[in-house]
Amino acid sequence: RFVFRMFVMTKTKKTLAKPNVKNIVLVDGVRTPFLLSGTSYSDLMPHDLGRGALQGLLNRTGVPKEIVDHIIYGIVIQEVKTSNVAREAALGAGFSDKTPAHTVTMACISSNQAMTSAVGLIAAGQCDVVVAGGVEFMSDVPIRHSRKMRKTMLSLNKAKTLGQRLSLLGSIRMGHLMPELPAVAEFSTAESMGHSADRLAAAFGVTRVEQDEYALRSHRLAKKAQDEGLLSDIISFQVPGKNIISADNGIRPTSMEQMGKLKPAFVKPHGTVTAANSSFLTDGASAVLIMSEEKALALGYKPKAYLRDFVYVSQDPKDQLLLGPTYATPKVLEKSGLTMEDIDVFEFHEAFAGQIVANLKAMDSDWFAQNCMGRKSKVGVPPMEKFNTWGGSLSLGHPFAATGCRLVTTVAHRLQKEGGQYGVVAACAAGGQVFLTCRLLIHAVYAVTAIRLSSACL
Amino acid sequence: MAGVRAVGILSRFATSKYSRLSGHGHRSLSMSSSLLARTYANYEIKDGVAVIRINDPNSKVNTLSKPLQAEMTEILEEIWGNSAVKGAVLISSKPGSFIAGADLNMIQACKSAEEVTTLSQEGQKMFDKIEKSPIPIVAAINGSCLGGGLEFAIACQYRLATKSKKTVLGTPEVMLGLLPGAGGTQRLPKMLGIPAAFDMMLTGRNIRPDKAKKMGLVHQLVDPLGPGLKSPEEATIQYLETVAIEAAKNLANKKLSVKKEKGLVQKLQDMVMGLPFVRKQIYNMVTKKVMGQTKGLYPAPLKIIECVQTGIEKGTTAGSLAESVNFGNLAMTSESLALRGLYHGQVACKKNNFGSPARDVKNLAVLGAGLMGAGIAQVTVDKSVRTILKDTTVEGLTRGQQQVYKGLNDKTKKKAITSFQRDTTMSFLTGQLDYRGFDQADMVIEAVFEDLNVKHKVIKEVEAVIPPHCIFATNTSALPIKEIAAASKRPEKVIGMHYFSPVDKMQLLEIITTDKTSKDTTASAVAVGLKQGKIIIVVGDGPGFYTTRCLAAMLAEAVRVLQEGVGPKKLDALTKGLGFPVGGAALADEVGIDVAAHVAEDLGKALGSRFGGGNVEVLKTMVQKGYKGRKSGKGCYVYEKKSKDKKVNPGVEEILKAYQLKPAPSVSGDEDVQYRLLSRFVNESVLCLQEGILPDPVQGDIGAVFGLGFPPCLGGPFRFVDSFGADKLVQKMHRYEEVYGNQFSPCQLLLDHAKDSNKRFHK
Repeated sequence: RFVFRMFVMTKTKKTLAKPNVKNIVLVDGVRTPFLLSGTSYSDLMPHDLGRGALQGLLNRTGVPKEIVDHIIYGIVIQEVKTSNVAREAALGAGFSDKTPAHTVTMACISSNQAMTSAVGLIAAGQCDVVVAGGVEFMSDVPIRHSRKMRKTMLSLNKAKTLGQRLSLLGSIRMGHLMPELPAVAEFSTAESMGHSADRLAAAFGVTRVEQDEYALRSHRLAKKAQDEGLLSDIISFQVPGKNIISADNGIRPTSMEQMGKLKPAFVKPHGTVTAANSSFLTDGASAVLIMSEEKALALGYKPKAYLRDFVYVSQDPKDQLLLGPTYATPKVLEKSGLTMEDIDVFEFHEAFAGQIVANLKAMDSDWFAQNCMGRKSKVGVPPMEKFNTWGGSLSLGHPFAATGCRLVTTVAHRLQKEGGQYGVVAACAAGGQVFLTCRLLIHAVYAVTAIRLSSACL
Repeated sequence: MAGVRAVGILSRFATSKYSRLSGHGHRSLSMSSSLLARTYANYEIKDGVAVIRINDPNSKVNTLSKPLQAEMTEILEEIWGNSAVKGAVLISSKPGSFIAGADLNMIQACKSAEEVTTLSQEGQKMFDKIEKSPIPIVAAINGSCLGGGLEFAIACQYRLATKSKKTVLGTPEVMLGLLPGAGGTQRLPKMLGIPAAFDMMLTGRNIRPDKAKKMGLVHQLVDPLGPGLKSPEEATIQYLETVAIEAAKNLANKKLSVKKEKGLVQKLQDMVMGLPFVRKQIYNMVTKKVMGQTKGLYPAPLKIIECVQTGIEKGTTAGSLAESVNFGNLAMTSESLALRGLYHGQVACKKNNFGSPARDVKNLAVLGAGLMGAGIAQVTVDKSVRTILKDTTVEGLTRGQQQVYKGLNDKTKKKAITSFQRDTTMSFLTGQLDYRGFDQADMVIEAVFEDLNVKHKVIKEVEAVIPPHCIFATNTSALPIKEIAAASKRPEKVIGMHYFSPVDKMQLLEIITTDKTSKDTTASAVAVGLKQGKIIIVVGDGPGFYTTRCLAAMLAEAVRVLQEGVGPKKLDALTKGLGFPVGGAALADEVGIDVAAHVAEDLGKALGSRFGGGNVEVLKTMVQKGYKGRKSGKGCYVYEKKSKDKKVNPGVEEILKAYQLKPAPSVSGDEDVQYRLLSRFVNESVLCLQEGILPDPVQGDIGAVFGLGFPPCLGGPFRFVDSFGADKLVQKMHRYEEVYGNQFSPCQLLLDHAKDSNKRFHK
């Protein structure tokens, strides 16, 4: 999980600047529209979407290509042809071929990792201008030949004589032809994410109705934000040879009755997690421009936020996989010397409605705080009027490695719009409806980053 | 280290299959007349569903006892009389136990077969009522659901089970010489089909929830929960209850139906099973198989077949009658008494009677990566204890580490653990050639070559590097511990831990204390053994301690029998006929002829002519010729890969001819040969008790059965003396004594028991 915090600096409140540490700012952030997998993006490749986001960032910020020191991109399901997707996307987007680029992966907080890596590079004085982002493309995933078949094919390469080749070919059986799909389950626990979310919801006594209500709220708020034009981080994407896409297509506010009709998707027949109260498989990409404050001001930018503290935490991958925000939020608050009341904007990644509600209940529970977190008392619940008010992953969509940047940019925009000062971003490192990641971390990993909106831009 | 190394295969019996049928805890029969405050079960009505919660206040597990049954009957009558109740849920408030079985004490207290039959019939009646309940009853199973508990559950209309590690279902009665006596033999075949029901009842195996669902034993599975607003255990029980209430409501309003569409395979199987001659074939086949495996020594499996057959062919009424009558008769058999004794003994040997040790063993080191050393390391890392495995050569170390990996990987293949768990478990093991890290060790177990000088060298080396609190345990099968401890600077920290090979399969651990071993050292060794999952006997020091000594006496007789012209195959048939899982000759091959020779010579020297009989030279000659047993490919038998039928080694026949003895016709009939073997074993056991090597008969029985494969149907040497009669045994021994001399002289304690028939080893 990953939590980001952002602040607005006013004269009455702390700036949270740290002695001897550079101020690091978010200049701007963009994303492609997030689309349901298998819709308009379906014929693309991951780096195409990444290219779209990066090009959009270039256009929107007008940053001179040659001053970008480094590009870091996140992805979860890797396309084998573009294993360093950062580099392919950057070159295609018109960045300088002299700018190094690398790819990171950390499940659903991959782009959070990209951003905090950027912060690290700048804080260490190694870079001044870094582009970070992430892409996920679920319309096409690597489906492999079986291990047996791969072995046979590799041996075939080495076979010298026709006889050897024929005998290898002859050894192929029906079983060899069975394809290998990306794992739907956590490698360490063999449990799928949805299954885990259902158990988590049950452990916190989250009902089906509570989950459906939360999911409906997400869709309604997203629709409202879309209609009011608040989702200004979206840049249009021209699908080659096809139309221009300029809006998310997963936002579908329905009704409790409609949602109530669905059968459980994972735990049958008594489960509570359904397709309607889970985030869906999504294609999309995002990107942000991060600089040292000095450099940004020198270039004449009005940065949108300071990026302050961040925390990554990890827990038992079986029973606490999706509880990261509960663990990470109080940690980052303590690190920044703030309390829950100081925060104006909360943006939490919504993997499942049940997971969000369970986290809210965990934050409200003294028992959980005392027995699982080693705290004296409960963390406290974020007020709902400050919580994901422009929709979330349930409605906007969740392209695994692109979500982190969306959350951070959204906090900056909400702080600007609503006049707040501090914001927090939290995400769990394994979200997604049918979670197709083939490489999950041994532990669920969580992160918190604090971002403070700079007064310079207000 | 290797004295009884391969005895492992002896003890097929010794798997923990029946470990959960619980029957401890004495219960008062005084019943509270108050309806509101019941002791064993209570209920509340939630949303039109009666939730019946079982919770035995006197025990960690719930057992089907008389008072529980009485309270349950009352509750059911109340519920059935209440028109507002549309359904019921049966659930346990204990995290690890639904109902672990019938209360064994209830059977133990009965004086006659008829009394037990009545017990069975009461159970049958209660479950029949439940089966015919006007409202649906849902059994919500979390934890052990065994024996009578399972019979209770299968009488209910619907079954839910959690996928918790503690949830197991099964009918372990056969392991206690009994049969499922409360309708199990009648309901299971109808529910699962005849073959699956036989498999379940005849093996008594534990069934995991996933398998149970597949078999049709339960209808629905529920995942265990992690911590939430409560502890995982509480949360899981509450979740199970919520889901069960929902199921009960849905059954009541017909939203949920118990009837399942039968698949094609199922339909086909039903059709085939509809044919009387097919069924007859099955009964015959199963009977034949049972006879092959039990040699007719165990009556319970045959009675199970009989009950199932009666129920299917003559109807449930006749079947139920057969079930209750057979249950009563079986409860009175010496076999059931023996098996139940072993069950209680095993429970007793899974406790630490020496208190809790001053320090937990968190870091353990094993010296020697041979079969034993690696086995010890495997069972230790399996419980997440950091373990160093040290050997002197890279080859030895590699082999040992591979053995541990293979042991864990086999579990992975059987899906007992995931590959991830295998890897995490493996990470607790460090293989090395030097003494690095020994300064952190809390206990060192040496499993080096069985030679006093080597052991002395090792103990000195180790004591130079370990911290003062570290315990030094020696894994030897015959060398007296005090002789090994003679080289130690701190003999109070030295103890014997005699493991049995293969360590990961054999349940027994024989712990040997010297008069200098401190109580805390013993407590610590027992704690480690229990953590490793062992059944533990703690015995005194002496040549061969307890187990090796008894086995050596019997093997000496076996060699004589061979010299007298009884071939290895005949010898094996005779020993197996007694109920030993492996024959005498095959056992010697498994142990290793060299080891047997070594032990026979040592014990002969230490204990004198009592250990005579067969000529040690026979074994020595075999070793010289390279016939070291299975490990060398040749011993009494020739071992070839893939060949199922063992051939007698012609070389051995020649040796036996050279050392031929003339059999004495008066004591060489089949039965006499059997009793010669058995009586030497038993006499040596009793002598161990007499000499104080053994603290009590219970540990003697457990050690013999779980370590050496002594026939479980006899219940161990002491149980055997009780049931066979010490006087009869002494009579036989005197006859043999006349021919062979003092090897058959009954010890004083045995003579005392022979004289006074009131004296018994087990009350």
